[in-house]
Amino acid sequence: MTENHKTMLLVGATSDIGRATALAYAQAGWRILLAARNVDAAQRNADDIATRTDAAVSVHPLDVLDSAGMPGFADALPVLPDTVVCVVGEMGDQERAQSDLDHAAMVFRTNFEGPALLLGLFANRFLARGSGTIVGVSSVAGDRGRGTNYVYGAAKAGFTAFLSGLRNRLAPSGLRVVTVKPGFVRTRMTAGMKLPPLLTAEPAEVGKAILAAAEGKRGRDVIYVRPVWRGVMSVIGAIPEPIFKKLKL
Amino acid sequence: MLLEGWGRYPRFESECVRLQSPCTLPGIMAGTRGLIARGNGRAYGDAAIGLRLTLGALGLDRMKGFDPQTGRLTVEAGVLLSDILASFVPRGFFPPVVPGTKQVTVGGMIASDVHGKNHHRDGSFGDHVERLTLVLPSGETVTCGPDINPDLFRATVGGMGLTGVITEATFRMKPVETGWIRQQTVVADDLAGALRALDDSDAATYSVAWIDGLSRGARLGRSLIFVGEHATRQEVAAELPDADPLPLAPAGRLGVPFDLPALTLNKASVAAFNEAYFRRGAQKSGKPFLTHWNPYFFPLDGVDRWNRIYGRRGFLQHQCVVPPATAHAALSEILDRITRSGKASFLAVLKKMGAGGSLMSFPMPGYTLALDLRVTDDTFALLDEIDRIVVAAGGRLYLAKDARQSRQTFEAGYPNFGRFNDIRSALGARGHLASHLSSRLGI
Repeated sequence: MTENHKTMLLVGATSDIGRATALAYAQAGWRILLAARNVDAAQRNADDIATRTDAAVSVHPLDVLDSAGMPGFADALPVLPDTVVCVVGEMGDQERAQSDLDHAAMVFRTNFEGPALLLGLFANRFLARGSGTIVGVSSVAGDRGRGTNYVYGAAKAGFTAFLSGLRNRLAPSGLRVVTVKPGFVRTRMTAGMKLPPLLTAEPAEVGKAILAAAEGKRGRDVIYVRPVWRGVMSVIGAIPEPIFKKLKL
Repeated sequence: MLLEGWGRYPRFESECVRLQSPCTLPGIMAGTRGLIARGNGRAYGDAAIGLRLTLGALGLDRMKGFDPQTGRLTVEAGVLLSDILASFVPRGFFPPVVPGTKQVTVGGMIASDVHGKNHHRDGSFGDHVERLTLVLPSGETVTCGPDINPDLFRATVGGMGLTGVITEATFRMKPVETGWIRQQTVVADDLAGALRALDDSDAATYSVAWIDGLSRGARLGRSLIFVGEHATRQEVAAELPDADPLPLAPAGRLGVPFDLPALTLNKASVAAFNEAYFRRGAQKSGKPFLTHWNPYFFPLDGVDRWNRIYGRRGFLQHQCVVPPATAHAALSEILDRITRSGKASFLAVLKKMGAGGSLMSFPMPGYTLALDLRVTDDTFALLDEIDRIVVAAGGRLYLAKDARQSRQTFEAGYPNFGRFNDIRSALGARGHLASHLSSRLGI
């Protein structure tokens, strides 16, 4: 029954955004491949999505910090997916990252190096096939470095630049790359934080926005899930550096 | 964190932990005393407020498996009924029993052993549960069902979360041809007529009566009785050719954005509403028509946070059940007290109940009456009087709605509570699993 269905690979399947995005694709009739390091937690989401939608869902172990294992991971998938969505991310602890080099390196590698290497690998395979869509979930934190989270922000800035370059490289071949900047999202990562309601999206909203941007008739290159963020970030981006550096942000 | 139930009375401080996975539960259970699980906070009173700690179960929201051959569905306990409806109505399956709101968790439905408009025929939700997974106070995870650990199962269904934390449940969905209800409205001029109309509807799948709680004298208890059946594909094709036979819940919802001033619901405004509602219903009486499942089963879900209409002090819901032999006399007396008190009851719902139920389940054969009353200084005394009528009639109050009944009322209504406490003692649950409800009632 799944033979005629398109297949999507969701990397980071145990996160709330990953779960919601895979569910949105499954509701649209896609076959789902879930990749995650914690296979048991991913299986819990796989069963959930399969039960809610009747979609075919399978789990595939992957550690995005293990670049040597990536080609083998891609080879072992039952099919080269039509779309790959990477939602991998780790906010880390900014204060710790300022003095603990290993922690800072983990934040850099989890938010930038791992996702970029993996999506680069799929880009090459998609090019060889002549089709495929790549979606990377980056962050508004990458739009401008702030004192309270610049290690995470710098990694996301690198990832945003990587996606931009990849889009530029693949566009002539008709392959699409979508950059997603969710803004605040109500997830386990933000549980307990006071978030402004108008700027805060539910995971399901992010999932639907990704599906629409990547697969909709009018595809988009860069999306802020809540459009108000585009305005917020352009204001933040426009503050002159001599003033910005003195702000507590 | 300050917690309240859906009625917004009472409010208590409690520590809160959000469960993200069943795996973390045994550790939490072993390390803390005075805790209770909480689903989506739809119990009206103090049932889901932990004496010290409240375990938020909304993170246990994964569905686990479905067999379309048997309709058997397994879900984690924090899954919402609204999500089940969204996933399964389009596939032609309906839950075996639904309460008056779909914003409840499966764990909450089982702990309260909720009933629906089909109780007279199909029993309560617990009657359709085949398996439960439960984490006991010791931290041990056990499964139970009608055929495995049946004593534990019978204490847990309707046990208000006081035997352990429900993490998973399996129950059977029923196949339906459409998501439409063939509804017929019957008008009853007084309480005797309403009881008779409910008796006449014994063969119907769904029946419920809305009582105009403000009519007095000869019209005391005048009602609209809503009888319903799942519509067939043929009926929908004939009467609503353009409609989706298996529709989702409509998306847009009205909301109550803030607490309305206490004056909004006064005797005059409620009387005007009730009069208009009764007339509109009476006009539609007789001829059956098709209704979407959502407004038929969940009329109030259309108004987000409707509990704010009662103002900041909140409201009390009083739901009793009385046996058939004493029903007419007791319910007349209750309605008479309410109307004479001048306390406007926006909602008064009457429903016939059948047999079945577990150790501490609310339903018993008879008739159940639910009333909403805004909290004011004299509401409590009025409800104490009504409780005496219920006890004298051999009835009981619904724990999921309760915020204030006395121990005497509770013990008179729940003769199995001694046995329940024995089971709780054997599990090491007494003092360990404790809500404000259980400590108030001495459970």
